[in-house]
Amino acid sequence: MRLELGIIKIEDVQFGEETTIKDGTLYVNKKELMALALQDNRLSEADVELARPGEEVRIIPVKDVIEPRVKVSGPGELFPGMIGKIGTVGSGRTNVLRGAALVTVGRIIGYQEGFIDMTGPGAQYSPFSETNNVVLILHPIDGLAGHAHEEAVRLAGLRAAVYLGEACKDIAPDELEVYELSPVDTALPKVAYVHPLLSEGLLHDTWFYGVDAKKILPTLIHPNEVMDGAIVSGNCVSACDKHTTYHHLNNALIKELYRNHGKDLNFIGVIVTNLNVTLADKERSSDCASKLVKLIGAEGTIITKEGFGNPDTDLMMLCKKIEEYGIKTVVITDEYAGGDGGSQSLADAVPQADALVSVGNANEVITLPPMKRIIGDLKSAEAIAGGFVGCLTAGGGLNVEIQSIMGSTCQLGFGKLTARGY
Amino acid sequence: MAEKKYRVVHYLNQFFAQIGGEAKANIPPLIKEGAVGPGIPLQQALGEEGEVVATVVCGDSYFAENIEAAAEKVVELVCPYKPDVFVAGPAFNAGRYGIACGAACSAVSNKLGIPVVTAMYQENPALDLYRKEVYVIPTADSVRDMKEAIPKMAGFMRKLGLGQEIGLPQEEGYFPRGIRVNQFVGRTGAERAVDMLLSKLRREPFQSEYPMPTFERIPPSPAIKDLRSATIALVTSGGIVPLGNPDRIEAASASKFADYNIAGVDDLTPDAYQTCHGGYDPTYANDDPDRVLPLDAMRTLEKDGTIGKLYDLYYVTVGNATSVANARKFGKAIAEKLKAAGVKGVILTST
Amino acid sequence: MVHVATIVPISLTVGANRIVPAVAIPYPLGNPELPEKEERELRLNLAKKALRALQVEVEKQTVFEE
Repeated sequence: MRLELGIIKIEDVQFGEETTIKDGTLYVNKKELMALALQDNRLSEADVELARPGEEVRIIPVKDVIEPRVKVSGPGELFPGMIGKIGTVGSGRTNVLRGAALVTVGRIIGYQEGFIDMTGPGAQYSPFSETNNVVLILHPIDGLAGHAHEEAVRLAGLRAAVYLGEACKDIAPDELEVYELSPVDTALPKVAYVHPLLSEGLLHDTWFYGVDAKKILPTLIHPNEVMDGAIVSGNCVSACDKHTTYHHLNNALIKELYRNHGKDLNFIGVIVTNLNVTLADKERSSDCASKLVKLIGAEGTIITKEGFGNPDTDLMMLCKKIEEYGIKTVVITDEYAGGDGGSQSLADAVPQADALVSVGNANEVITLPPMKRIIGDLKSAEAIAGGFVGCLTAGGGLNVEIQSIMGSTCQLGFGKLTARGY
Repeated sequence: MAEKKYRVVHYLNQFFAQIGGEAKANIPPLIKEGAVGPGIPLQQALGEEGEVVATVVCGDSYFAENIEAAAEKVVELVCPYKPDVFVAGPAFNAGRYGIACGAACSAVSNKLGIPVVTAMYQENPALDLYRKEVYVIPTADSVRDMKEAIPKMAGFMRKLGLGQEIGLPQEEGYFPRGIRVNQFVGRTGAERAVDMLLSKLRREPFQSEYPMPTFERIPPSPAIKDLRSATIALVTSGGIVPLGNPDRIEAASASKFADYNIAGVDDLTPDAYQTCHGGYDPTYANDDPDRVLPLDAMRTLEKDGTIGKLYDLYYVTVGNATSVANARKFGKAIAEKLKAAGVKGVILTST
Repeated sequence: MVHVATIVPISLTVGANRIVPAVAIPYPLGNPELPEKEERELRLNLAKKALRALQVEVEKQTVFEE
């Protein structure tokens, strides 16, 4: 499987008569985008706003972030099984609007949506302070049940991202990234990536080729498959460590393993598994995933995680079982060490987890200034995870945990945040 | 003569202050001018930059038997000297002395906001009690280590006195306090993970970024002998609250717990109760809150005599991202209230 | 105290001494797939199990499976 990503660099976003790209600017036809979103009659209202890096803008509450892409050639359609036809993806050519993002916002469904600050001290905690954001604000019809509301917003977001992506189908890319697991020196150690997906119910779900990840058994995939949207987010498990669809498309660990493929290691594949709500499921999935790691001949694995709390048990089960097969593991996790950093950071522990990368303490409290413009509803800060009644200061500043910031402690290893022991 | 840059007050027990041995262990806190006993080599090590302006002394037994009062008195005695640094010990492996050093430092730090440091052996029982709030320098287990301990303490005190930033435990030489602090570094988590795996595969040394946590163990409580006459209470971390969440318990990182009266309530229904916990799919708990707080089952067991009584109050918090420190605080408070109310057993449900 | 919780490893790690395994995270004492009567019976049985655990002397952490 050989995938070329045609990178089109976006440096600005503006409204325009036509959705198109010109000289690095993405122009958006607002009316068309709104109409597209409202094709789903579960949604009653749609609006579009733009937010650029450096602007004094706060976007809240955010459900998902998706990178606009378009399939130029090769089998399959983007987001297969969701809005695209089912079919294996990850080869041919896909163009990418790098530097742009589609952000879905709207009345809160659950408690776990988050926010993005485009400037100020909060900006460095989110990768989306650096993207030119097309923000799609969506409202459900009255009385719409939670599951239907979540689905309507999820699909609208994907459609919108594809709609924007279409604009660059025929544009010559600025750069070409090639992803191929070419044969390498057999002496290099074989490394596999174990990738658990959150699958715990409403606003805690993930979709794999259109199927609810609750229902899958661990399986082996080619890393390219995520780049065409085989994995889609259906959750807001806490903004800080939710894998947005953008994070899935741009999986940082996959990119890093590719960078080292052929140099220091032999990247042999990705094992996707789930994070279910019963003990039996956790045991079964970790049994199957670790067995797969062994069967494909891995010598080392890196295990990531989505969410926290009971997923710590899945992480520890995977680590323990893989190490018991004689395969070396490294685990990437965030921490919930309390506001003072003095509490235990994980809910579960095994002695085999001796190589751990920390992407930061999500309970760290941060004070953020008011922003000139709010896209969405600022008051929702009091209801989201990491926020609390009274976290809004007079004038619209925020006193919240970084838990509420989109992507601040993403456990795919995107960011440069860590925690150290003092 | 150059002006001293920072003022120090030193805490010693009755023995090191050369007042007396065990016979004098009952003396209450007192203060002396200047450096005393080990404070003298400490002063030498501080050189021209720091001055030990006073030494507080207390008997080890007195302190151990009156920890709060003794610590308060120490603060009172220290205050007028306006020191820039407060240092206690070294206590080596002496338990009572270690506790006195830790408690004195903690009180001075909390009440006067002055930087503090003490020193003791890693097995001193006081270490785990105070290491989170007070810097503790490692020493060997006996007074033979005094010659090594003094310069280490002086070096650390100098940094505190000059207002310099204290770095990582392994750099500065203090016992890790178990406090996690966020920092932005030069490489992404993904880069660090791949590097760490390569080191591990090559059997090269690597440093894990977080050591596995340990949790305290408590002895099991005795079994209930007579269930039929016992009052049993329900407690949950699953966030079941009256509709509207009147006390605004947070969906994550709960800062509080609450109690609600269920006298006369036989069944939790969606028109009156809901979940406020943000960490699980709330659909099922909202449809029937008994699924998380089994009130209906407990009423049945009360009516048929299996238990004596279901306690009229239930306690609730949200266990989503809530820190262990807070959870411990809530648990203690709830236990005290239940005990005072004569409750004999608790069913704690979690999601 | 008896801890009724689904993820027994976490209950063990954080130090509960009497543990009764529950059904699932969003419905520890329930099962929405069962008809109402059977679900209530399931809940009653779990509650009884929890009360039984409170009457057993334990010397270390104990999971009451049956």
